[in-house]
Amino acid sequence: MAYLPLADQEQELHHPHSWVTKYVWSQDHKVIAIQYGGTAIAVGCVALVLSLLMRMQLGFPESFDFMDPNSYYQSVTMHGMIMVVYLLTALFLGGFGNYLIPLMVGARDMVFPFLNMLSYWVYLLSVLILMASFFVDGGPTGAGWTLYPPQAAMAGTPGHDMGIILMLVSLVVFIVAFTMGGLNYVTTVLQGRCRGLTMMRLPLSVWGIFVATILGLFAFPALLVSAIMMIFDTLLGTSFFMPAVIESGTPLDHNGGSPILFQHLFWFFGHPEVYIVALPAFGLVSDVLSTHARKNIFGYRMMVWAIIAIGGLSFVVWAHHMYVSGMHPYFGFFFATTTLIIAVPTALKVYNWVLTLWEGNIRLNAPMYFAIGFIFTFIHGGLTGLFLGNVVIDLPLSDTYFVVAHFHMVMGVSPVLVLFAALYHWYPKITGRMFHSGMAKLHFWCTFLGTYAIYLPMHYLGFLGVPRRYYALGTTDFIPQSAQDLNTAITIAALFVGTSQLLFFINIFWSLRNGKKAGGNPWGSASLEWQTPDTPPIHGNWGDELPTVYRWAYDYSVPGAHEDFISQNTPESAEPTVDEQHFDPDIDQPLADV
Amino acid sequence: MSFIKNIAVKPWERKGIIGGLRPVGTFDTAPEKVALVFFLVVASVVFSLFTVSYIIRMELPDWRPLSDPAQLWLNTGLLVISSILLQWARTIVQTEARKHLISAFIGGGVFAILFIAGQMNTWQDLQATGNYINANPATSFFFLLTGLHALHLLGGLWVWSKSSIRLIAGSKPEEIKLSIELCTLYWHFLLIVWLAMFAMLANT
Repeated sequence: MAYLPLADQEQELHHPHSWVTKYVWSQDHKVIAIQYGGTAIAVGCVALVLSLLMRMQLGFPESFDFMDPNSYYQSVTMHGMIMVVYLLTALFLGGFGNYLIPLMVGARDMVFPFLNMLSYWVYLLSVLILMASFFVDGGPTGAGWTLYPPQAAMAGTPGHDMGIILMLVSLVVFIVAFTMGGLNYVTTVLQGRCRGLTMMRLPLSVWGIFVATILGLFAFPALLVSAIMMIFDTLLGTSFFMPAVIESGTPLDHNGGSPILFQHLFWFFGHPEVYIVALPAFGLVSDVLSTHARKNIFGYRMMVWAIIAIGGLSFVVWAHHMYVSGMHPYFGFFFATTTLIIAVPTALKVYNWVLTLWEGNIRLNAPMYFAIGFIFTFIHGGLTGLFLGNVVIDLPLSDTYFVVAHFHMVMGVSPVLVLFAALYHWYPKITGRMFHSGMAKLHFWCTFLGTYAIYLPMHYLGFLGVPRRYYALGTTDFIPQSAQDLNTAITIAALFVGTSQLLFFINIFWSLRNGKKAGGNPWGSASLEWQTPDTPPIHGNWGDELPTVYRWAYDYSVPGAHEDFISQNTPESAEPTVDEQHFDPDIDQPLADV
Repeated sequence: MSFIKNIAVKPWERKGIIGGLRPVGTFDTAPEKVALVFFLVVASVVFSLFTVSYIIRMELPDWRPLSDPAQLWLNTGLLVISSILLQWARTIVQTEARKHLISAFIGGGVFAILFIAGQMNTWQDLQATGNYINANPATSFFFLLTGLHALHLLGGLWVWSKSSIRLIAGSKPEEIKLSIELCTLYWHFLLIVWLAMFAMLANT
């Protein structure tokens, strides 16, 4: 039976009737996106404060009463898990995925708006469960964000009773929320596109979010499976992961479980998770760079292929997180090889970003600052990844600050810079107002230089052999006083960066009322989300008629065109051209045809 | 290889509407079905990872094989009948007929409920003979896998009950066709998962 394409169906929209259905129980993807984004940023602030507390302890040991070894480990664990799962995953996919997919594919809403709403509320529930662990006896778990058994469930690890249970339950609930959202994103991209919008005409943002969602749908089950089995081990006394073990002199009831099995399952989720965060970031930054360079993205097809290749490869590299757990040398060789291979499509993307800037008509707007900053931090973080991907180099460095520096550059600073680039870039569409440009640029310089001041010295600390995960370094022969001083300097930089994020919050809240009216398309962007009849777009997005797409999303600086961009919904016949006498084809070659 | 062909095109070269009414790359089916197929893939990944864990855990020395309760054969039969009845309902609704539709569709669900009741009975029997969930990894996995499967079936029964109410309330076959089709697909999937799991549990 032939189904009417979604774009031609009169989709029933649940138009809100009251304030509650409009802003609270809303089924509008844009409101849900803001709910997702607001919750993610709020919980991210908790994680940020935890990191500052940890840094204060490391920079000025024995100066503060609020931090003891237990609370230090609890802070490490909660900081890591919140940042990776509850902030980055939720903000990129739940926030930007929700806001941008329907607008960029020319749909009125997600395919299943009710499920979308449910996804947010279940996500909120998972956040509340996680936050509740701060208030239970024993506090949140301090097992490290990897939650390795058996230590996660044993006395000696803070939060080994209620904390770990709440963490695992919260993760299970999060995965349920993600699955509901993820099925929606994938189906909307596949089935909800408007007329003329082929997959290869999609902006790279949609490609990144689309492939990352598929990765999430395949990878989160591994976390689900390990979380369920660990809940059973902790609550019901099974021995899936728990080996025979003695706790404070008393043998526990567990027998014969395999902690290594947990590690494999965890990292089978954990490594794709890196790309669940990175791929949307790659997509969003591509669109920001192209728009503000007034140039089509270099190598669009290669960018799409690279996203798909990275997505596939990300499932065969997981054990490079487990070199120090021990494995057969051939396995080590295999995982080192796949890890180095994944650098190829990733490097290809970096080259293409740089080549997009090459001879572009670059406009140094605030989003562009963050996007170019991302290229720097991502190259640094990516290159140290090549070091750590090799077994023999990883072994001595694995438990040092080198690893902390590596993953914070590649997985922390880089995606966060893209988040800011994207938040500033789409802020005018979301709110209808421009932000304060000067304040945003100041925010960039504080964040960019500040994070370098934090993480560059950490590489050096790592080479010195300063171990990570330590609550205090104490006095040892191999850690010189200079390393202690460096730690103090890093802490000061971290406090500076943390505080400077206030600039962002002041800016976005101040601009809500006081920003200049943005108009529909302030950046002169070609993709569909900027062509809505209303800004901010109203429920239903497109007025009476859905858009029709006639071209790809990157027609910038097309020679002969009247403006320096042609929007995706401009028909070929209506393409505005300048008087041919003023157009010299020898000077302006169409870039795409060269 | 249309996927490869699709991602090999040069989007900057061709302007104008491509693909007529339907954008290239959409599936000629209801979005609900696309989402369900994706969900089934996700559920398959979950069950596969449990299977891998089962096989790895089985290799460790403390594994004591469980003698499988005979009742599982009866339960399997109930689930097979349930699937057959739903398939029958699907065949009826495709011809847009109504005769036997209610009995086939509702019967399918009832047999699924009987299957779950049978599984619960199995769990009670196991516990009565001292095979508690934490007795041995084999028993732990038995409870875990069968419980998870039953939970999936309960999710299906929730959708089935909503569709049944619509059917009894007099919905026309064409209005309920999609629901019946999706329920049937889901039921067949859960039958295949159960058969695979039963084969694994019975042979190890």
